[in-house]
Amino acid sequence: METPRKPWQSKPAPGFHFGRARRIVRLGIKTLWLHRLRSLLTVLGIVFGVCSVIAMLAIGEGASHEAQEQIKNLGSQNIILRSVKPPEQQKVSDQGSQSYVLNYGLTYADVKRIRATITGVQLILPSRIMREFVWNIDRRLDCEIVATVPWYPTLRNHQVIAGRFFTDQEMEAKTSVCVLGAELVPVLFPLGAPLGKHVRVGSSYYQVVGVMAPRAKNPETDANAQRNQTVANTLFIPLETAKTRYGEILRKIRSGSIEQERVELHELTVEVGSADRVMATADAVKALLERHHKKKDYEIVVPLELLRRAERTKQIFNIVLGSIAAISLLVGGIGIMNIMLASVTERTREIGIRRALGAKREDIITQFLVEAVILSAAGGILGVLLGVVIPHFVSHFAGMKTIVTFWSPFLAFTISGAVGVIFGIYPAFRAAAMDPVEALRHE
Amino acid sequence: MTSIEQPERAEPIVRLEAVEKTYRMGPVTVNALRGISLRIDAGEYVSIMGPSGCGKSTLLNVLGCLDRPSAGKYFLGEDDVSQLEDRDLSTMRGARLGFIFQSYNLIQQLTVVENIEVPLFYQGCGEDEMRERAIELAKLVGLGERIQHKPFELSGGQQQRVAIARALVNDPLVVLADEPTGNLDSVSGVEILRVFDDLHSRGKTVILVTHDESVARRANRAVRLRDGLVDSDVRWPRN
Repeated sequence: METPRKPWQSKPAPGFHFGRARRIVRLGIKTLWLHRLRSLLTVLGIVFGVCSVIAMLAIGEGASHEAQEQIKNLGSQNIILRSVKPPEQQKVSDQGSQSYVLNYGLTYADVKRIRATITGVQLILPSRIMREFVWNIDRRLDCEIVATVPWYPTLRNHQVIAGRFFTDQEMEAKTSVCVLGAELVPVLFPLGAPLGKHVRVGSSYYQVVGVMAPRAKNPETDANAQRNQTVANTLFIPLETAKTRYGEILRKIRSGSIEQERVELHELTVEVGSADRVMATADAVKALLERHHKKKDYEIVVPLELLRRAERTKQIFNIVLGSIAAISLLVGGIGIMNIMLASVTERTREIGIRRALGAKREDIITQFLVEAVILSAAGGILGVLLGVVIPHFVSHFAGMKTIVTFWSPFLAFTISGAVGVIFGIYPAFRAAAMDPVEALRHE
Repeated sequence: MTSIEQPERAEPIVRLEAVEKTYRMGPVTVNALRGISLRIDAGEYVSIMGPSGCGKSTLLNVLGCLDRPSAGKYFLGEDDVSQLEDRDLSTMRGARLGFIFQSYNLIQQLTVVENIEVPLFYQGCGEDEMRERAIELAKLVGLGERIQHKPFELSGGQQQRVAIARALVNDPLVVLADEPTGNLDSVSGVEILRVFDDLHSRGKTVILVTHDESVARRANRAVRLRDGLVDSDVRWPRN
């Protein structure tokens, strides 16, 4: 049975209506604009809260991006072993005994042992690293010569952008071919087209067969950076070729002394079959090397561990900035509640007038809630603007990579809106609960 | 102006039957109204008078649907509104009553035309209809040129005209005025009273609370209250 409509309810109850909504919002803005400074101060908490939400996400995203970039460079299933000059012997060589040959580092025997005893190892990539000048007629560049094997590009996830990498046959035949790092091309071949040309490395000539993709410099994992050298220019030659050309003793001529060292392999990249066995395999490799090396003349880098470290950094940042964000949003919300309560008291008379003119409780609630949400949303917008700008400064001054994802401003904005609703509800209900007679009498 | 004209009616617009109102002020119970019966017909211009504390304000609050009587019945139009819910009372105020206050009670952050629109807004009126009607009323009270002004830019008399326009915008059954000239100088006061005369001559039902005899004399009926009861109820023909 339908209840008969009461005669005074001749007009349908006002539902959602665009014109109405616009009027309510405009009224809210107008009212807040009357107290500009007060409104601005009120929203500062929200501004900082939102700002730190965005900054947090940007820094976290940057850190994880950086970590992923590292993983991409090094390979997530790889374990990287490097030869390191052992500290005790460094002292001896510093005293300048010229005939002494330093003998350290990873050896071919290590490769064999790893291959023979450790299961789950799929591929091993040995490489020797030397420093030489690379010449093209009169153009010269101080380069790192990486003598390695043909599967280097796949294992290290490093693409060839022009030509090709050298082949097994070329390596077997100890051919003098080389692949240039992308950084070398503009210096050595300013006119481009390096393929098929020859470059001189030390005293021998190599034919250029390919060019590698440029690679982001990576301060944390880059061997160069660890040796305090700034060169990132690399040139790849077949390992067998290098063996015949250079032998195993490297001479470094320093001012006044000749330093000789014998290093069979500078770097070993071990690829493990599955990612979840990387850590276990790394431990096994470590144990194996410890048994056969009297001195600690190697180091182990596990990219997966770098990823974990980056994840931890991200987590710490998330916790720190997350709590800052939560606290400032909480404080901001309390600020909004405080100012809305003050506003309700201040405008008791207005509430009475509106009630006398036909406003229902929900109309009053809507009005004050909309005001609170406008406040917090305005804070949200300011915070988003700041939050998009601040990560740039962070990357600039702190050297941290930051990425503002497109959705983080929306998230932050939504949070600020929610804060407005949550902290606006109580004042709005207080306003609506007032007795119209009392409210009208209020001075 | 057809817009505010009230059809001549024989039936009462306002009917109070033994209305009582008691307040509790701490331990003390105050009987503000002690059984008021009153009938006001359409088109009457009634002044309610009496010394302070006689229950004038309480009666006005009950008449204005701002407060519910503790006992008795109140018919506004055909409906008993004495025990309505808060929500329905709000609707009732918005649809059937127009308020005019001593201190104008305009909303300061709104312009003249927006102030006039407020009652229509709460009735869910469309934007265009609302604006049109508000401008019409602003012209009626002689403020057609000032619709975009804010209340503080107007004189007291002008503000009270805005309040009158606002009270009329929803075409109410009854206009309730609480000391409408109390805050005005005598010249503007007289002007406002002329507006009331004009309303009366157009057939609006007006109830005016005052303690100023000269104001009361302009009505055609005076109800005097004393101690929460009707002391005297006098009618006289319009001059």
